[in-house]
Amino acid sequence: MKHIVIVGATSAMAHECARIWAEEEATHFTLIGRSAERLQRVADDLKARSPGSEFATLTTDFLKPEAIQTAVDAAAGTRRIDIALIAHGWLPDQRVCQSDLNACSDSLAVNGLSPALFAEALVGKMEEVNYGSLAIIGSVAGDRGRKSNYSYGAAKGLVERYAQGLQHRVSGTGVSITLIKPGPTKTPMTRHLQVRGGSFARADSVARIIVHAVKVKKNITYAPPKWWLIMFVIRHIPHFVFKRMQI
Amino acid sequence: MTPLSSWGRLEAPLHYAVPLSREKASEQISGPPFPGIAYGMGRSYGDICLNPRGTAWQTTDLNNFISFDDKSGLLRCEAGLLLKDIQKVVVPRGWMLPVTPGTQLITVGGAIANDVHGKNHHRFGTFGDHVQYLRLVRTDSQIVECSTTKNKDWLAATVGGMGLTGVVLEVEIKLRAVDGPWLETETLPYHSLEEFFELADSSEAHWENTVSWIDCLGGRQGRGIFMRGNPTTASPDFPPQSKQLNMPFVPPVSLINKLSLKPFNTAYFYLQTRKAGRGISHYQPFFYPLDNIRNWNRMYGPKGFYQYQSVIPRINGLDATRAMLDAIQRSGEGSFLAVLKTFGKRPAAGMMSFPMHGVTLALDFPNKGPHTHQLFKQLDAIVQEAGGRIYPAKDARMPKELFESGYSRLDEFLQYRDLGISSGLSRRLIGS
Repeated sequence: MKHIVIVGATSAMAHECARIWAEEEATHFTLIGRSAERLQRVADDLKARSPGSEFATLTTDFLKPEAIQTAVDAAAGTRRIDIALIAHGWLPDQRVCQSDLNACSDSLAVNGLSPALFAEALVGKMEEVNYGSLAIIGSVAGDRGRKSNYSYGAAKGLVERYAQGLQHRVSGTGVSITLIKPGPTKTPMTRHLQVRGGSFARADSVARIIVHAVKVKKNITYAPPKWWLIMFVIRHIPHFVFKRMQI
Repeated sequence: MTPLSSWGRLEAPLHYAVPLSREKASEQISGPPFPGIAYGMGRSYGDICLNPRGTAWQTTDLNNFISFDDKSGLLRCEAGLLLKDIQKVVVPRGWMLPVTPGTQLITVGGAIANDVHGKNHHRFGTFGDHVQYLRLVRTDSQIVECSTTKNKDWLAATVGGMGLTGVVLEVEIKLRAVDGPWLETETLPYHSLEEFFELADSSEAHWENTVSWIDCLGGRQGRGIFMRGNPTTASPDFPPQSKQLNMPFVPPVSLINKLSLKPFNTAYFYLQTRKAGRGISHYQPFFYPLDNIRNWNRMYGPKGFYQYQSVIPRINGLDATRAMLDAIQRSGEGSFLAVLKTFGKRPAAGMMSFPMHGVTLALDFPNKGPHTHQLFKQLDAIVQEAGGRIYPAKDARMPKELFESGYSRLDEFLQYRDLGISSGLSRRLIGS
């Protein structure tokens, strides 16, 4: 039975990925999150969809390096990991981050530092057995700093650089690392933005892209793919033009 | 504020949209601003799911299974789960929702609030007949748990209760066992309403599902195509078709109009007549023929459309149906989406459930303003005279008197009403 570890398992995107994996085949899941109650709810949902699957739930502190190491040790201790997905995140209000350094620090820690530490710990376990696929959810926001969300974007940019470094390190081994950069997606995290309209992808369609990218061991993928083109343009807009844009 | 519309696309009023989350749902519902209405997939046709300038509690994030027992077929889930997701999970395991309407792209909560029916009403009743338990949150934070044994009156008020008794958060449904996803089907053309009723009556004993397409412009006699089906253990050697089509934009005028309707209906009738006979069908195209065309409601153009669905007691069924078809024919209005079907004798599950022993006619009408309303007035008179009623899930315009005469348990139902909940429909027909 496959062993899939999901960090931030109660996030909408992670939950949708888990549903796809569970419905594909009976799987042993290790679900890592902050709230035992919410993890149990995700496990119950997956169990009903896939009665042959097994579930272990783990709560941990996402910001303490030792706690992260302990959680990953526990997850990898039971059996070899086939797939690990790092999916947690929090979209802060940029203006609050500017006036309150605690909020700014939280955003950088939750969205950048914490996923990087989880990735480091998980890749360590995978390297030991020379096997495993790690997927990390970044964001299109990490592609270029913008005044409307750089406290979030900078953290996601850190994740991307970290993933690149890890990819370089594991190249030629049995370990693969996939960075997924979703565009705006309909999840509870982006709720306050959805109200203003605009185009949001559905979480289940982004999840299908993630599952596929992991399966074919892509290095990097935008979800939906059109964001590759959009971000290509945005990254290449010269600064003297970019600085006048309200984005 | 967010624009929200229902399936008829008659309007897209602004709402204060509040996506419910599992952890906070009770607080969200009992907190201001009032009043609100639960909004799922927006698949009802009129204003039953809308609350213009008010709050819409969006339920589609409440989409978790809670448990499913393969032995008993008991399913517990959150109210925003789609029927499609249930079928996808349970059908391969030998179970199926006992009652589903013509689309599976609706939430469980919506199926309960409208007490939806399907092609098998004479055998399985309505969706509400299979609800074993539900948990309701009221806007005064009271939680009402009701089941077939406890608080039965609350269950009867909430099933078909148009979302007005509280917000359903959690549900238990008893599924039915099936041998597989296939149905044996038979397609029979009929050339008069008498023939339709004979077919319907004679099919009830041996066929679980019956429905018919009727050509609303097919002459006084009433011609159409009768379809019936039974679950089967057989499985054919072809895979279920799953081609997804999409109506990508709203055309400037309705594609269903006087020019297109008559030739289309005639062509469809003869095509189906040629294909008549026995066959085998996957449950998805059989139960949900239109789900394969995403956004099909857009073909009625920017003004949207009405659906008129009435039920007439069996005894007056033939005469009233004929009178309605006459009126529609004279007006030249209508659509090829027209359904004629009989309901069985079972007592209704809910106080405000739509089905009754009789015959139901459902027809789409492109919105042409006063001209369309003129026709509805004539149809209303026929329905009222025949002792029938109109389906609130489809309605955007019925007169209050017809609502009151059609639903005799209205006063009893209103005792269970949550006054912090209000919809376009409730303000129109109940006054608040």
